Amino acid sequence: MIYEEVTSGSRTRRTITGTARMLLALKMDGPLLIGLSLVAVYGLIVLYSSSGQDLASVGRAGIRLGMGVIAMLVLAQVNPNFLRRTSPWLYGLGVLLLIVVDITGHIGKGAQRWLDLGIVRFQPSELLKLAVPMICAWYLHERPLPPSAKHLLALAALIVVPAGLIAAQPDLGTAVLVTIAGSLVVLMAGLQGRIIATLAGIGAIGAWFGWSFLHDYQRKRVLTFLDPQTDPLGAGYHIIQSQIAIGSGGVFGKGWMNGSQAQLDFLPESSTDFIFAVIGEEFGLLGVALLLLLYLFVVSRALFLAMQTQDTFARLLAGSLALTFFVYVFINAGMVSGLLPVVGVPLPLVSYGGTSMVTLLAGFGILMSLYSHRKLIGS
Amino acid sequence: MVRGVRIKDHGQEQRLFDRRALIAGSLIAVLTFVLIGRLFTLQVLRHDYYTELSTGNRIRIEPIPAARGLIFDRHGEELAVNQPAYQLELVPEEVPDLDKALNGLVALGLLRGEEVPDLKRTIRSRRKFDSVPVRLRMSEEDVARFAVRRFEFPGLDIKTRQTRWYPNGELAVHALGYVSSISENDLKHIDRDAYAGTALIGKLGVESAFEPQLHGTNGYREILINAQGRSVQRQGSLVRDLRTQASTAGRDLMLSLDLRAQRVAEEGLGAKRGAVVAIDPNNGDVIVLASRPGFDPGMFGRGVTRTEYSRLTNDIDKPLLNRALRGTYPSGSTIKPIIGLAGLTYRVVDPYRPQFCAGTFHLPGSRLLFREGKTGRHGAMDLPHAIAKSCDVYFYSLASQLGVDRIAAFMAPFGYGDLTDIDISGEKPGILPSRAWKMKTFKRPQDQVWFPGETVNFGVGQGYLLVTPLQLAHVTAVLAGRGKSFRPRLVTGIRDAKGHVESIAPIANKPIAGVSAANWNVVMDGMKGAVTYGTAAAISKDASYTIAGKTGTAQVFTVSRSERLTDKVAERLKDHAWFIAFAPVEAPRIAVAVLVENGGFGSAAAAPIARKVMDAYLLGETTTVAPQTEAPAD
Repeated sequence: MIYEEVTSGSRTRRTITGTARMLLALKMDGPLLIGLSLVAVYGLIVLYSSSGQDLASVGRAGIRLGMGVIAMLVLAQVNPNFLRRTSPWLYGLGVLLLIVVDITGHIGKGAQRWLDLGIVRFQPSELLKLAVPMICAWYLHERPLPPSAKHLLALAALIVVPAGLIAAQPDLGTAVLVTIAGSLVVLMAGLQGRIIATLAGIGAIGAWFGWSFLHDYQRKRVLTFLDPQTDPLGAGYHIIQSQIAIGSGGVFGKGWMNGSQAQLDFLPESSTDFIFAVIGEEFGLLGVALLLLLYLFVVSRALFLAMQTQDTFARLLAGSLALTFFVYVFINAGMVSGLLPVVGVPLPLVSYGGTSMVTLLAGFGILMSLYSHRKLIGS
Repeated sequence: MVRGVRIKDHGQEQRLFDRRALIAGSLIAVLTFVLIGRLFTLQVLRHDYYTELSTGNRIRIEPIPAARGLIFDRHGEELAVNQPAYQLELVPEEVPDLDKALNGLVALGLLRGEEVPDLKRTIRSRRKFDSVPVRLRMSEEDVARFAVRRFEFPGLDIKTRQTRWYPNGELAVHALGYVSSISENDLKHIDRDAYAGTALIGKLGVESAFEPQLHGTNGYREILINAQGRSVQRQGSLVRDLRTQASTAGRDLMLSLDLRAQRVAEEGLGAKRGAVVAIDPNNGDVIVLASRPGFDPGMFGRGVTRTEYSRLTNDIDKPLLNRALRGTYPSGSTIKPIIGLAGLTYRVVDPYRPQFCAGTFHLPGSRLLFREGKTGRHGAMDLPHAIAKSCDVYFYSLASQLGVDRIAAFMAPFGYGDLTDIDISGEKPGILPSRAWKMKTFKRPQDQVWFPGETVNFGVGQGYLLVTPLQLAHVTAVLAGRGKSFRPRLVTGIRDAKGHVESIAPIANKPIAGVSAANWNVVMDGMKGAVTYGTAAAISKDASYTIAGKTGTAQVFTVSRSERLTDKVAERLKDHAWFIAFAPVEAPRIAVAVLVENGGFGSAAAAPIARKVMDAYLLGETTTVAPQTEAPAD
């Protein structure tokens, strides 16, 4: 008696039911959408302050947000089977573009991360943030889990090739994120505990070995992370200033647009990678805790949705997307508060600039598609 | 089913995934609380620490120097005031390369190369964030020259600051002192916080002795700065409350000096070396404190260079020497009234019983013969005449009868051999010789014995006795006050920024005890005689008030009778001329001591200056309203 449900009850109830229907039709998940919206609005409010009351910046961030929402809506409509079949093509395209970027970057001498498409600059590495977990999930979809050693090697190759290309740009932060996104698929696929332990050991040796391949500025970042005071005006400046910003915010913060560290330019990159420190300074512990709890809600909901999906590709991909989102949050908040080294990872949905907003929301679009297109067994 | 080939078990995979998802979820929750824990550490536990760092980040404190107190003479004439001037200042922490900056200024002609090492030391000794003046009193042209090249000198800027100006130039420089850049040495004695932003500090004289009163309290202004160190007006949406503490101007000093009399004294000395000190016997007020030659006090505030300074210090005339306080000379015959008074008090002489002066004194029991100084023989002399005519023989005999111990004991309360405790520093005590003094001063046993002949010389103010002009002015004031005297002082009142004047009460010295009024009168008669019929008879001519005085001639060089001092003798070997006087005799208001180095006889060189000073003070004061001399225009 659907009709009666709608006509009976209060006006509010009718509105809610109507909204739920509309969301269902749009293949959206209501709670997740609400969580994402709250985070995004929070981000715009902070951006207004950190950009120095620059409405134009807020407007541009709004446009990116809109583009992200469109990407999310579009991807949510796509059938997961189509997504799965497209994965190898997407992955192949992404790697190809990375090679192009690396070559042009090599010619142009220095960091080169984007392709100039005339209207927009497109970062292929952003594409890989989605394509790598997709290809891993695709690879494991038909194969028995947990994966065997042979398959693990294949998966490792699938992850390392694009990650290596991105690291060569050089963009260590994104390379790490891409690696993590792919690895999370493998982890969620049931990678055995002893293999995880072995890999951790190999990783430690690899890190030591990899140190010799790091650029000077990357090494400096790591060293400065270990002891920021060694270079208070150089590489340590970011960390010291962001800790001062957060610490001086106290429990309640200095108030919106009253953070002296951010407003007087002591805090570098206050609208982009270090915007978390602005929140800490202006809204205090309450403000940052609220944001972290919002993130926790988003990730929990996404993880819950992942558990509801019914095929391997969907589960693994959805699980990886949910966890990668949290990894973003943890790396950024950890770096700004001095727990982790400074790597160029933006605070998801809050940091200004780049195409990460679109990528993230596209990822959630995929997640919603995976969830909403599930076959309802037993109904 | 072949062994080893696994097929997908969807139910099992679902359970595996769910288990992993739950583990991941828990891990995420744990990591979120690790983050919140970290934030709790920063924002709650270490909040105060980071608040302090954040405040230090954005607020710079800029000192507002207090205006230095002004100095006035007794009639309110300006002696030291402040004048705005341009100066070049440097903030050490903002200068990337100090050597380059200073050499650049030398190249621009704003500094001399010789100044650089000293300047560098001073800059290094100051705090890194304090502005240090590197060039004071810049001309408009200097300012323009720097302005066009400013971009080459980060951390240097032109500031308008108050500098000291002495409207009367060299006049009274030794009483006033001067101000100069704060030296490394000064920094050891002052509170650096209180002097942040202060460029100049008092040196010598009143400027130094009353530095705490003159300096005032510097204020400060909090300035909001951004990360580039630039001052900004606002931060975010809100203009911060920044604290500003206004400076409190230094207190003004009211001096007892009489600018008119001071000028007369210095003009009287002219190009000669010497000193004039005049004291009001009624309260110790120093009316004149002059020492010549002087120097321009402004040159120190401007930043004196090494060559200028060495020219001053190497000058044979010693312009930096404050002769009034630090020049010690034999008192010469100015001692005679005191010796006379000692003779009367100890009853070794009948004042009106004449003694015969034949031009020589033969010390009983020895073969020593003491000669009259200049006039040969005086004939029969009683005590007043002996003072008036300055008869050496009379006092040779009197001193010899008194003995050194009684003379020294009698003279000590007058202030001989001791500091007068004037309110500026640097004073020397001179020497009051005695048996004990000689014992203490000399090392060889044969030198420690006091010889009777030395007592004879002591009686006419020669030998070991050394006095400063200030000391002798004070002795004159004691004579004028008939034993009563006050501690000499230059500062009589201190006026605060609100205009309230705090008067400083005169401090009375212990009066001379045991001298009868009759005995004082005898000596006064002698001193009145000196300016009417005696050695300085000329100076009381046409005086509208009564004067008592005494000439003195301090030997620089002992010559035998056959080679009398003439102008041919090197000028610097001539005797120093002394004259002490007070007036009016009935109710003394001024006591003067004049010393002219190598001036020859006291009556010729020193006495006229004393008369001019007394005229300026006594008559100038009573005729402050000048009668209108111009006829009204028709």
